[in-house]
Amino acid sequence: MVGLISALIMVPLVGALALFTAPARNARPIALLFNALAALDALVLWQHFDIRAAGLQLIERHTWIPAIGAEYLLGIDGLSLLLVLLTSLIIPFAFLAQRMDRGFCALMLIMQSALYGTFTAQNFILWFLFYEMSLIPAFLLIKIWGGENRDRAATKFFLYTFLGSVAMLLGFLGIYLARGSFDFATLAGLGKNGLLRGNLAWLAFAGIFLGLAVKVPLFPFHTWLPDAYESAPTGVAMVLTGALSKMGVYGFVRLLLPLFPNEIRILGPWLLALAICSIVFAPLAAWAQSDLKRMVAYLSVNHLGYCMLGLFAVAALPVGAAIDTQAALSGVFMQIFNHGITAAALFYLVGLLEQRRGLRGIGDFGGLMQRTPLLCGWMSVAMFSSLGLPGLNGFIGEFLIFKGSFATAASFTAIAVIGLLVTAIVFMRAMQALFSGPLAESCSVFPDLLPREKIAIIPMTLLMFAIGVAPQFMFNIFNTTVVHMARLLA
Amino acid sequence: MSRWIIDHLWLIPAVPFAASLVILSLPNGRQKSAAVLAVAGQIAALVLSFLAFLPTLQTPGFRAVQNFNWFTFGDHALRLGWLLDPLAVVMLMMVTLVGLCIFVFSTGYMAGDKNFARFFAYLSFFSGAMLGLVISNSLLLLFICWELVGLASYLLIGFWIERPSAAAAAKKAFVTTRIGDLGFFLGLLWLYGRSGTLLFYDGGNGCLESAGLAMLGASATFIALLIFCGAVGKSGQFPLHVWLPDAMEGPTPVSALIHAATMVAAGVFLVARVYPVFSLGAINGITSSLTVVVWIGVTTALMAALIAIAQADIKRILAYSTVSQLGLMMVSLGVGGVAAGIMHLLAHGFFKALLFLGAGSVIHGCQGEQDIRKMGGLRRLMPISFLTYAIGMMALSGVPLFFSGGWTKEEILHVTAHWPVSRLPYYFLLVGVVLTALYMTRQIIYVFFGDRRAASDHAHESPRVMTTPLIALATCAIFFSIVLTPAWPWLHDYLTGTAARVELVRLIQPTLFLSLILVGAGLALGIWMYRKAGVQERQRPADTDPLEFAQPQLFRFLENKMWIDEVYARTIIAFSWMSARLSDWMDRHFWDRLVRGFGAIGQLLGIFTTNIDERGINAGVDETTVGTRGLGRLMSAAHSGQIQTYLSVIAIGALALLLFYAWLA
Repeated sequence: MVGLISALIMVPLVGALALFTAPARNARPIALLFNALAALDALVLWQHFDIRAAGLQLIERHTWIPAIGAEYLLGIDGLSLLLVLLTSLIIPFAFLAQRMDRGFCALMLIMQSALYGTFTAQNFILWFLFYEMSLIPAFLLIKIWGGENRDRAATKFFLYTFLGSVAMLLGFLGIYLARGSFDFATLAGLGKNGLLRGNLAWLAFAGIFLGLAVKVPLFPFHTWLPDAYESAPTGVAMVLTGALSKMGVYGFVRLLLPLFPNEIRILGPWLLALAICSIVFAPLAAWAQSDLKRMVAYLSVNHLGYCMLGLFAVAALPVGAAIDTQAALSGVFMQIFNHGITAAALFYLVGLLEQRRGLRGIGDFGGLMQRTPLLCGWMSVAMFSSLGLPGLNGFIGEFLIFKGSFATAASFTAIAVIGLLVTAIVFMRAMQALFSGPLAESCSVFPDLLPREKIAIIPMTLLMFAIGVAPQFMFNIFNTTVVHMARLLA
Repeated sequence: MSRWIIDHLWLIPAVPFAASLVILSLPNGRQKSAAVLAVAGQIAALVLSFLAFLPTLQTPGFRAVQNFNWFTFGDHALRLGWLLDPLAVVMLMMVTLVGLCIFVFSTGYMAGDKNFARFFAYLSFFSGAMLGLVISNSLLLLFICWELVGLASYLLIGFWIERPSAAAAAKKAFVTTRIGDLGFFLGLLWLYGRSGTLLFYDGGNGCLESAGLAMLGASATFIALLIFCGAVGKSGQFPLHVWLPDAMEGPTPVSALIHAATMVAAGVFLVARVYPVFSLGAINGITSSLTVVVWIGVTTALMAALIAIAQADIKRILAYSTVSQLGLMMVSLGVGGVAAGIMHLLAHGFFKALLFLGAGSVIHGCQGEQDIRKMGGLRRLMPISFLTYAIGMMALSGVPLFFSGGWTKEEILHVTAHWPVSRLPYYFLLVGVVLTALYMTRQIIYVFFGDRRAASDHAHESPRVMTTPLIALATCAIFFSIVLTPAWPWLHDYLTGTAARVELVRLIQPTLFLSLILVGAGLALGIWMYRKAGVQERQRPADTDPLEFAQPQLFRFLENKMWIDEVYARTIIAFSWMSARLSDWMDRHFWDRLVRGFGAIGQLLGIFTTNIDERGINAGVDETTVGTRGLGRLMSAAHSGQIQTYLSVIAIGALALLLFYAWLA
């Protein structure tokens, strides 16, 4: 089945063009149709994916610009497949979140294509092309369709991530000039014995680290995020947190860990400290927010902090047993997926509240449980999933991350549980303010969940239950990849 | 048959879970079917529990496990399982039996509530999670169920969600117990890391079996203490007890089932379940972790009993009494009396559920009034409630011979007296016995004796559906004694895995007389102090508590729960909130500026290189025209906020660096 991955990348692009052949009012249905096609493609991909084979599969390799070592090289392993599936879930979910005009839909589709490309490209130039390609639609979507302060937020978002990208590009140019390759697999093979010599290695490391740290985001490079998510329209915020933020974590796994094992080892405790800062300070800041969107945004920083904790713990201090490395990596992969669907669902639900009320301050609501029990019920599920309640998806990933990192970085992990506590406080506070007490007058005519809203939120929530109760089907996707990666890290 | 039930033990929690799901998916207003489903689920769980009880009688110390693979991460399997042993079975029996009584009672108590069906869905969900907890053969599965009972507790405390106080209490319960749970979680991780498995028993490879325990080594103390944190939170031990009295905001059947009989006892159960970790490397039965358990228990037992004396809310008195009794059980576990502690847990489950349902019946009769000072004289108006309540009160006070609580308390005092470390806990517990009798006497006098006061004017006995469970539980509270006495210590020997023998001479022990005297003293002191409670007596006004009149300062101190909530609010909570505000402020004003500051340095560099570039290349061409003005325009353009400008600056900077690399390479 050659060409499946290219098709995946092309389908949304074709969709973006197709939008302009039909009347503008049909934009969203057409976009959803192309989403369905892409999802179908992703499912076929999943079906053809051999879960027992390590390494890249379904490879598509063509010469592109041999002069600079750029190859058209696509392929998937378990992690890539996981992220492709996640993208295929999040984008249609986001399309269901709000009204969108044609340009909006087109940009979303371009972003989707870029996401697929980022998660499947195996050559740096191609990867970087997709990586940057996602940035421009996101910038425009915030800038044109965003809420208050959209100009400032969009510019900040763009500058931060773009500066990060430039730093990363420079880092890679350095690597290319020294080792003559942009191929991920080739470079990973060289990484073990030190990719570069002396200061050049540190320069390249710093550039790539900076780019990815801004993207994830890792404390203290996260300050663009609350502004961007707050100003972004609901659907865009869902994609930003659900799929786009995963590009950073993906980059850490795919690039930084294999290419710079020695540098990470030397900086280990410092990197762990940054992850801990993300985990502890972000939910504390979330606690102090009165805007629901900002609150959820900060919790995203916290959840991605767990991913960073797991990755740094196994990469920085590789003294753990195989079981711990595998637990941490599996946990990180689960967390990537879980955070994607849960945070997107939370943004979606906050969006529903905002559509009904016109405002989204935590104090603008009250007593909703009496008026909209279904909305409150499903929202509670998403919140409990996010705070890591067992029985829901969030717990699986967090448990494994903590299990893996406790073995090598016990004291850091012990501090990290504070994040679990503060997250609970944040959600408890929100639930108390929104759902309980006497019904606020401003909310007294709210409709409960409408059928089209149920179609969007209920499948997502059921997926949270499914992963929380019987997660094996998720682990099957990436178990072999985890074993493979753990062996490389050891 | 016995094989079948071991293979299908999971059905016991699954049936109430299923009932809960079905009720939730029922259309609104199907009250009757909701109640029928919930009660049927509970009956099914009770029958299955009884079936599970039978095989454990065959051999002393019976234990059967069934493990399964939950999921595989990497190439490691994470296994869970369930476990059938005497400890699990007695908990199953108690939870399903008490649960059934409370479910039936609730059909009367909650009649007319607009969210009646949801109430039964939550209650069934709780029951399922609790039953899952007691049959877990894996610390992870136990933890999962542990969190789920916490969720059920949260939902049910905040059941009357339109009341702000209920919502606040629910939040407090969830957050406070989660503090303990995080300790538990770390303990679990540590244990998992050390022994490589979280299964308790696994054919010799479990973490509670000798091979697994041997791998723990010196870390066992820390693991045990971390796990104990969870028990402290859930079982309302000092210093995390503050949520439990507030949890009384929930409907009274919830207080009876979750916050008295079953869930709060889960902490005691947990310690008993992982006792091998606590007692690992014990010399003379003492380990540092167990010593901590004892002192936490003693502190809690005494503190809560003191606070109970000065409370006016009928449910809060019982809540503090629960806290105190849980402390007593902890002491028992800590000094080595695991069986005694569990026996008291079971007996307490019956009589405390009885007392709470009795209190519910009283509240129901008094149109929702909960202040004991406004009741009075109810013994004639509510005779069944009075009699059953009196039985519960005597069981709780530990009146010897006829009441289950008397025997189990006796047993605990007995083991505590022989603790080699110190005699102090024993003396403190003796004081606790007097205090318990005292505050219960006070409550009974206020509620059932004396003249009728405001709330009891129109009081009436509760309907049959509510009194029948009271009678059933009262019967349990008395006849449960049969298996508890030293003459035939069947339950004790069943739990410890030895065969019981009948020896009538052991019935009367010397300590029995000591108990008799202490309980008698407590009762007499109570009657003497409160005989005129609620009526005017010399200078004391009718609405002033006799103790309040005699010792106003002490009373104020106890009435305000020793100011513990206030201390927390001014220290830990204030500090956390400050950190939250600080984090937010730092984010807005410090980190953002710092990162932007680095950006500005880059910008300056860019301007600098551009500058050189311009001068170097363009100098000859238009030096005269550009001059200072051009540079000035450049500077201002660089600050314009235009992305194109920044990009070109960056691109040139990039080029420069590229050249630098080329030179390096």
